[in-house]
Amino acid sequence: MIGKLDDYLRFQETALSLRAQRQQLLASNIANADTPNYKARDINFSSALQNALTPAGQASSEMAKTAAAHLSAPGTTSPGGAPLLYRSVQQGSVDGNTVDMDTERNQFADNAIRYEASLTMISGQIKSLLAAIQG
Amino acid sequence: MSLFDVFNVAGSAMSAQAQRLNTTASNLANADSTTSSTGQPYRAKQVVFSAVPVAGSQASGVKVLGVVEDTSPPRMVYDPKNPVADDKGYVAMPNVNVVEEMVNMISASRSYQTNVETMNAAKTMLLKTLTIGQ
Repeated sequence: MIGKLDDYLRFQETALSLRAQRQQLLASNIANADTPNYKARDINFSSALQNALTPAGQASSEMAKTAAAHLSAPGTTSPGGAPLLYRSVQQGSVDGNTVDMDTERNQFADNAIRYEASLTMISGQIKSLLAAIQG
Repeated sequence: MSLFDVFNVAGSAMSAQAQRLNTTASNLANADSTTSSTGQPYRAKQVVFSAVPVAGSQASGVKVLGVVEDTSPPRMVYDPKNPVADDKGYVAMPNVNVVEEMVNMISASRSYQTNVETMNAAKTMLLKTLTIGQ
């Protein structure tokens, strides 16, 4: 029974935590808009969500280590398993910074709205569960 | 919880931008300071930003690596009545470029505002998260 409840809420819960992570990435892009040589980063949300929802698919984007001397690369993948990508440059700047403020602000607002949409949906799911329990 | 890290990231950017604004204010205030405690004219100062990773996440905040002095030569102005003028009558004025400083000031204040908005958005999202299931 508890497992079913878990499955019922898992999709929105995973989506929420990925949205929160993406919000953090976008916030650091905005924060570093004036830092020389900073490269804007983002994740591909749909592939990250698919990755996170696949059981045992958590580390699929990491390279396989076939020998003991192989190094792992920390900070290249997000906990959802999706690779951290670099945003393609819209307009290059002299100091090597690739943050495009319009894109970042746009994505930030978009991500916040989608986060709130997921919140509304998970609240709705909880309400319908309560309605089923209480009759 | 990643949304709390947004506060750290935006907060670090805000303090870095505030320091940049402070430096700009100092440069503008001293645009005509022909002498100082060292006897030399004031030199324009600039902050150097650097991205620092936030512990336990992929996000990065901003840190001021240091304040560097502009090494360009002082502006020489002919003013023989000035007590600090050299024997040819020229006064070494600070190498502050007022136009550049104004641009710097506007850029810093806009970046500060953007980070305040980022922080507000994260706060709204967190408060809304607390209402799940109510």
